[in-house]
Amino acid sequence: MSTARSRIVDLKDVTKKFGAVRALVGVNAHVDAGECLGLVGHNGAGKSTLMNVLAGTLSSDDGVITIHGQDLAAHYNVRQAHRNGIRCVFQELSLCPNLTVAENVRVLHTALKGVGWKQRARRLIRDKLEEIFPGHGISTDDVVGDLSIGKRQMVEIARAFTVTTEPLHLVILDEPTSSLDGITAKQLLKHVRKAVSKEQSCILISHLLGEVLDYSDRILVMKDGEVVAERPASEFTRDSLVAKMGTVIEEGSAKVEDPAHKVRGTTPLMVRAQDKYQETGVELLAYKGEIVGLAGLAGSGQTRTLIQIYDAAIKGKRTEKTAVEGPVALIAGDRQTDGIFPLWSISQNVCIRSLKRMVKGWMIDPAQEDAMAEKWKNKIKIKTMNMDDNILSLSGGNQQKALFARALGSDAEIVLMDDPMRGVDIGTKLEVYELIRTEADSGRTFLWNTTEMEELNNCDYVYIFSEGKIVSELARDDLTEEKVLRSSFEKGN
Amino acid sequence: MILKGPALERLFKKPWIWSYLGTLIVWLITVSFTKGQGAGDIITAALSFATFTVIVGLGQMFVITTGPGNIDLSIPANIALSGAVTMKIMDGTNDMLVVGFLVAMGCGLLVGIFNYSLIRILKIPPIIATLSSSFLVLSTAIAYGRGLKVKPPPFLADFTTEMVYGVPMLALVVIGLAFGLSVVLHRTLYGRSVLAIGQNMRAARLAGINVERIRFATYVLSGLLASLCGLALAGFSGGASLNMGEEYLLASIAVVVIGGTSVAGGRANVPGIWGASLFMFLLVTMLNTLGASGGVRLIMTGLIIIAVITAAGGEKQQH
Amino acid sequence: MWAYLSSPRFLRSILPAASLAVLLAAIFYIQPRTMSYFGLKLMLQYAVPIALATIAQMHIITVNDLDLSIGPFVGLTACIGATLLVSTPLLGLLALAACIGVYAGLGALVYWRNLPSIVVTLGMSFVWMGLSVLILPTPGGKAPVWIKAIMGYEFPFIPLPIIAATTIALVVHQGLMHSSYGAVLRGAGGNPKAIGRAGWSLLKSKMLMYALGGFFGVLSGLSLIGLTSAADAHIADRYTLYSIAGVILGGGEFVGGRVSPIGAVLGALTLTLTGSFLIFMKISPDWQIGAQGGILIIVLALRALIKRKEAMS
Repeated sequence: MSTARSRIVDLKDVTKKFGAVRALVGVNAHVDAGECLGLVGHNGAGKSTLMNVLAGTLSSDDGVITIHGQDLAAHYNVRQAHRNGIRCVFQELSLCPNLTVAENVRVLHTALKGVGWKQRARRLIRDKLEEIFPGHGISTDDVVGDLSIGKRQMVEIARAFTVTTEPLHLVILDEPTSSLDGITAKQLLKHVRKAVSKEQSCILISHLLGEVLDYSDRILVMKDGEVVAERPASEFTRDSLVAKMGTVIEEGSAKVEDPAHKVRGTTPLMVRAQDKYQETGVELLAYKGEIVGLAGLAGSGQTRTLIQIYDAAIKGKRTEKTAVEGPVALIAGDRQTDGIFPLWSISQNVCIRSLKRMVKGWMIDPAQEDAMAEKWKNKIKIKTMNMDDNILSLSGGNQQKALFARALGSDAEIVLMDDPMRGVDIGTKLEVYELIRTEADSGRTFLWNTTEMEELNNCDYVYIFSEGKIVSELARDDLTEEKVLRSSFEKGN
Repeated sequence: MILKGPALERLFKKPWIWSYLGTLIVWLITVSFTKGQGAGDIITAALSFATFTVIVGLGQMFVITTGPGNIDLSIPANIALSGAVTMKIMDGTNDMLVVGFLVAMGCGLLVGIFNYSLIRILKIPPIIATLSSSFLVLSTAIAYGRGLKVKPPPFLADFTTEMVYGVPMLALVVIGLAFGLSVVLHRTLYGRSVLAIGQNMRAARLAGINVERIRFATYVLSGLLASLCGLALAGFSGGASLNMGEEYLLASIAVVVIGGTSVAGGRANVPGIWGASLFMFLLVTMLNTLGASGGVRLIMTGLIIIAVITAAGGEKQQH
Repeated sequence: MWAYLSSPRFLRSILPAASLAVLLAAIFYIQPRTMSYFGLKLMLQYAVPIALATIAQMHIITVNDLDLSIGPFVGLTACIGATLLVSTPLLGLLALAACIGVYAGLGALVYWRNLPSIVVTLGMSFVWMGLSVLILPTPGGKAPVWIKAIMGYEFPFIPLPIIAATTIALVVHQGLMHSSYGAVLRGAGGNPKAIGRAGWSLLKSKMLMYALGGFFGVLSGLSLIGLTSAADAHIADRYTLYSIAGVILGGGEFVGGRVSPIGAVLGALTLTLTGSFLIFMKISPDWQIGAQGGILIIVLALRALIKRKEAMS
């Protein structure tokens, strides 16, 4: 121990793989008693994986996990973490919706049992809620499922700070303010500082860089499963953080020249949409032959808007908020949950959206199906010997190509893309960009939700989302990474 | 004919092959025990009785294939109702044959629509919806058919018991039906949609499939097939009885599982329904022949279902 | 006050009791003579075994599974009770304990292999039925004297079924809704991931809940032969459907660990009374299960309405 403060956690060369994806590539990090460590990074940078490892809910593949000077990596689990005073408030809530607030406290504490446990649990959580969120308005006998999402978050946070027999040294807060309003978020952050002053420690993960800068002592920046920067918070500024987090724009992926250089508005309007919950502000417009980008931090309302457009098109309903002129197809970002039919062949996966036009009499014509599969195999270069092989025999990138083929091979005039390039290799990406451009030039309209600057450079027009709303719009010529990032972190009103 | 290596290998990868192998083994044991006596009769009987299980099994298979949680528990009640109603309408004469058939289909249609309406409007799990509706349907059948033992019209009775070179006519028809439904499953928009929904409901919706319409059609299909079974069963057994559907609740689910259809949805197996139905019947025959009591037969049946599902595994996590 | 009384949450919690009250009031109105010690005793006779089977089913539903074999299982325990438990009591008790053990094993199997409980319990229903037939090939047997004595006991003023049902409801309510480990068990149905993350064993909770299901199934079978004196393998076939319907009538949800033992017992009582109600209405007993289905649908419809109201507020 080189410092005067005692070291709670020390991670050395921690790695974690999910299949072929390397989520953590040798992470080194430590937390000392009485400090708040800020952790920032883009989506998929490995923050949540790292925190799961630390909380004992995921086991690392390799590396040393030293807690209070003891190497525990081999048999580290949730119980170990709790025993050593490490707790985690996860991003998705970890409360049981069918239990009351007090009962959920019981779930965390093995010591809360025997006669009068409920009284003790009630008192424990009531006191903690009072301490952190004065005026919270939560009853300890409320069923969690009946509480608003913000109140649930408050309960979960307060629960993490309660102490019975096990000690409390470190609380990990993963996006704790995401569902809190301004006032309660302030109360929480103030409490974090108070806890730190009492020699407890916190890890604060947040996409609101202001929070992290103002309330942490030290900040770690993660990118692609690695820690890329570590400094005292005072040495960072918002811009230097953004710079560290940002993907370096590679050569060749700079703004794509558009020889045709369409003038916006000269072609027919295909899509008009405004977020359901947005009262005023920017309206999303897409004209025929355009590639329109939807930018912003992940989960800021882009996907919701795409689904809203999709539903409107499917139901043929034109509402005040949404109007779509033509058939649509959607390419999902989360292949496994929204795109792939895992029991089917590549060919079946490609053709499903276009089967209607292959029906002869009552039956689907297999010849046409084969023809379409073969055509798109060549056009989009799906790397397989046989389109009749199972879809899962393909690599992730090629699975995604099959989904592109499904959409582009259909009759859709409007193609919605929900961050479809996540986890796809660069070669595949460049091929697909090219194809999208060609399709757009021949009159298709694209709406493209992406978090990558490189992809926005392929767009004709970009709308930037923040906290569920469109906060600004940028024409192709005005597009810079800095402008996009600035708007992404803007508070939506 | 000798199968070449790869062809044989591919055959063994088919999930339905096991039910036929099981059928073969069970038959061989039985026949060797009787020293070859009645080998053909056993097959004829198996075809006769398996036919009814196949009809309802096919409907249940479509329902289960639309994904986790989908199941039709109203099949027995539906069988009882359509049997009772049609026998009464036809009143033992051939004159009302067509009307009776249409009424049977009408029963199935109504039960299917009712089931789906409950699922959709009350937003309740299919198991509860079809259970509640089965209460109502069964009561209707009981109230309508009490004390009733009308003989089936001669044509229906003959048709359901007719033999063609030792093969039951009805079995041939149902083999045709199974073949037809196999084509529906793999070669029509409807069938493909069922398979897609069962694998991934969200992805199916995003791929432009009208999920609710397909589920509706599937519950109606299951209703129609159950009614058809009720009609055939009444013809076969010389009239409708109110408890004649009882055994088909468990049997319809069992043949789906044993036949290699995925309970997690998205993978259906039509040949397996026939294989499993034959297997289930022959298993009972074998145990009978070996002198096992009724209790042992039931225990074996149950254990085989559990063994098959355990071997097949839970596949994917329910979302 | 009115706001609370018309809140969806309150309406939801009062629905099971309200259904029972409406039914009971209707019976009393049509046939005032039932409003007596013997009237109630007669009408509610079979409420005890049905309530116990419902409680058994509720334990399985709490962990997001469903038991399609509870009816035949109750039948089996009735057969054991009327034979082995009389001839060789020790062997009888061992057999009943083994049944509970098999239930715990089923819980483990369902958890380990992530199997659909519907199919597994469907298979088990054949097994239970087969065992019953082996033990008692034809209806008969004889219930142990002590069980008959318990089930025939006459309390002053309040008939036994009411006292028994109340006791069952309160005991299970205490165990599942008020004990500290009960909270964890229900949590395993509500959000298994959260329970796992807090360091609890999901395997253990599933096994325990299945074992409790088996335990109450045994009690149901024994109480049933206390009423009928003799047993039969098919004596409780209907109980599978009754138990599921009872849990749902009692306000339980199929998934998410939202169950209520008191509600489940009320649901079982409601189902039991439907039969008497129809007799007094001079409706043919043919419609008995139809009426039960109808009540189930009406209650579910009311619940759907309350939910809609909840979603709007």
